[in-house]
Amino acid sequence: MTTETSTEYEKYYVPEKSKLAVCATIGLILSIFGASYGLNEMTFGDGSGSWGILWVGLAIFAGTLFVWFRTTIRENIAGMNSAQLKKSYVLGMFWFIFSEVMFFFAFFGALFYVRNLAGPWLAGEGDGGRMNGLLWEGFQYSWPMASTPQESIGGAGNQLIANNGTFESYDKSMAFGDASAWYAWLPLWNTLILLSSSVTVHIAHLGLLDGNKKKFNLWLGLTVLLGIIFVFVQAYEYYEAYEHFGLTLNSGIYGSTFFMLTGFHGFHVMMGMTMLLIQWIRSVKFGHFTADDHFGFEASSWYWHFVDVVWVFLFLFVYIL
Amino acid sequence: MGDHHHGPAKGLSRWLFTTNHKDIGTMYLWFSFAMFILGGSFAMIIRAELFQPGMQLVDPLFFNQMTTLHGLVMVFGAIMPSFVGLANWMIPMMIGAPDMALPRMNNWSFWILPPAFLLLASTLFMEGGAPAFGWTFYAPLSTTYAAPSVTIFIFCIHVLGISSIMGSINIIATVMNMRAPGMTYMKMPLFVWTWLITAFLLVAVMPVLAGAVTMMLMDIHFGTSFFSAAGGGDPVLFQHVFWFFGHPEVYIIILPAFGVVSQIIPAFARKPLFGYDSMVYATASIAFLSFIVWAHHMYTVGMPVAGELFFMYATMLIAVPTGVKVFNWISTMWRGALTFETPMLFCLGFLVLFTIGGFTGLMLSIAPADFQYHDSYFVVAHFHYVMVAGAVFSMTAAVYYWLPKWCGKMYSETMGKTHFWISFIGFNLTFFPQHFVGLAGMPRRIPDYALQFADFNMMSSIGAFIYGSSQILFLYNVIATIVSGKPVSDDKVWDGAEGLEWTVPTPAPYHTFETPPKVDASHAHS
Repeated sequence: MTTETSTEYEKYYVPEKSKLAVCATIGLILSIFGASYGLNEMTFGDGSGSWGILWVGLAIFAGTLFVWFRTTIRENIAGMNSAQLKKSYVLGMFWFIFSEVMFFFAFFGALFYVRNLAGPWLAGEGDGGRMNGLLWEGFQYSWPMASTPQESIGGAGNQLIANNGTFESYDKSMAFGDASAWYAWLPLWNTLILLSSSVTVHIAHLGLLDGNKKKFNLWLGLTVLLGIIFVFVQAYEYYEAYEHFGLTLNSGIYGSTFFMLTGFHGFHVMMGMTMLLIQWIRSVKFGHFTADDHFGFEASSWYWHFVDVVWVFLFLFVYIL
Repeated sequence: MGDHHHGPAKGLSRWLFTTNHKDIGTMYLWFSFAMFILGGSFAMIIRAELFQPGMQLVDPLFFNQMTTLHGLVMVFGAIMPSFVGLANWMIPMMIGAPDMALPRMNNWSFWILPPAFLLLASTLFMEGGAPAFGWTFYAPLSTTYAAPSVTIFIFCIHVLGISSIMGSINIIATVMNMRAPGMTYMKMPLFVWTWLITAFLLVAVMPVLAGAVTMMLMDIHFGTSFFSAAGGGDPVLFQHVFWFFGHPEVYIIILPAFGVVSQIIPAFARKPLFGYDSMVYATASIAFLSFIVWAHHMYTVGMPVAGELFFMYATMLIAVPTGVKVFNWISTMWRGALTFETPMLFCLGFLVLFTIGGFTGLMLSIAPADFQYHDSYFVVAHFHYVMVAGAVFSMTAAVYYWLPKWCGKMYSETMGKTHFWISFIGFNLTFFPQHFVGLAGMPRRIPDYALQFADFNMMSSIGAFIYGSSQILFLYNVIATIVSGKPVSDDKVWDGAEGLEWTVPTPAPYHTFETPPKVDASHAHS
């Protein structure tokens, strides 16, 4: 089977040797070295801590990523990227987002497991129930469970093994659901903000497809702004949780799943926001992107839609149900 | 940038800064062999301790570190990177592509591996010692009761995951986007097919493993209680999350091995592969089933009966596509003009021993019977039959098969065959007796054992030393080939070999298929 076109194939650009990979490796490895020694509170001979290594590593890593993306953007502007290479980038971004979906899948899976299986078992239900009498007799399961089984039947005083014995006493009341008025409920506002930001980024895309750069810049800037507002509202919600609701990382399994899911989501929002911000700067300051060549923006907007979809699931399973 | 018709750069910078799929493949292969030797030496310490009952050489904590690091290094350092290296070398040459789709990221996927393993190995010298909770790192052993080194272990797992995900994305993009005109999906060599499906599995489950270790990190350092019943969580949750990764992981290891065997057996049977289409569908079915069988690793943990039954039947289903593959390989050889060069010998060893491992797997899948087998040496025997005689034998076959194409020189057939027979005998001597001691009740991961297991354990240890030392012969053979092997001038090294990789000169030039080749029927799947 031959095709006649095979003689006039565009050449696939294979870059020459590059220092990027080694620099990124140095940054990444220094980061994990600093983080793991820092978390274990290990110090060096002269008493200096390890956190500095983490920051140096992250700085090298961020700097390398900056140069790396700058290189690929310059290559594209120089016309080195064939249509086939552009498709490789598209595939790369698609499967990267798929891997991110699976990362969240693990945490949602943990949430479903503790809510529907582990919690009821601890309270004596079903096949796993016999441990109730042995561990915390009389423990009643309910969700959200912002306390530990031990606390719920009489205080954390005798608790030895849970959470490495670091329990403190908290004044708990899970009041997100019973806030006095619906409009005082922050997650609802955050949902509206994030959903509208998905719309604004789409309008920006439509503007770009029409060749209307002004419209593109305006709506993309608006999207970034909405992202920033989201992060601030989320931070305020965390403040409320810690200060007024007693909902912390330490407050039992609800706190664990709540902060894990919303925390990693918030982190991904910040990443997506940074990506969109860079695209906005590229467009406004350097005039990048045309109606038919704007994958940097498109990839960022896919990522943005992805964090939006994750939020919809979060809103459903963490806040409402 | 400029001219692309260049050779490799000189010196260390060639390897540090390369974007060439052959260089990167070579680095992966050498790195994985180094890890194979490191993990193997951990195994030698284990077998030396178990040579006789009683405590002989090492203390129990160190023994636990050895079993843990042996598993981690072999799975994540030896077997997985070796097949990634093979994919790097062979996939572009098999589909007629100039390189991998994303060459710079390709280099990065490799280079984060060696420092991550260096960091992991360095925990041996930390206060409290290296991770000592088994390669499955069950909570709470790995959370509440773990040494400080577990934090390093967690971040190393993250880095290995990043490497695997980037490598897999690269392979998927290469296969989906870089095939030469006329190379349709159903014409791809089976090795490419199995790697495409493996890469999909990796992108799907490595993030779940990252999630599992992240929850561990939070439990250890930030006071959450995912895996602590005292906080309303559940240590069993860890096992579910881990095995949701872990079961696809074992197919990640074995599917590329299936691909290799499907390339080599037709070459030495001088017949096309029997049932190409069914091989592809069987591979896809195995991949699908791998997502819904994970809890068969934890039958004894106290699951509801409905769960045990579901996972038991789903697990047994896997025997069907696997059986399709085994029968296809046998049918390929049926009435073929067989010759028994070293790669073929290793493939036949694979076929016989992997099938034994498959059968013991079927025994283990029976939930009520598993209550007897669980965590015994029977399990150890089972998974070494599929990991060593399955994955490592096929990897060895692949090296012998493609080495002449890589370096343009022929290995010593006598030494290769000697390597095979010593490996084959040593391997079986090591692991076959473990079935018996396992059925009789000897538990795994324990440095001492009851007196009645002494004879079989001594046999096992002698076998392990034989198998281990046969790898030195392998290393010598490969180095001797590269340095002073007899040059091969034929493009097609083996007269029965099919596929695009045999159409390029021998040794394969630094750059191949800079313009796509014409694919005709004779180059379609071997």
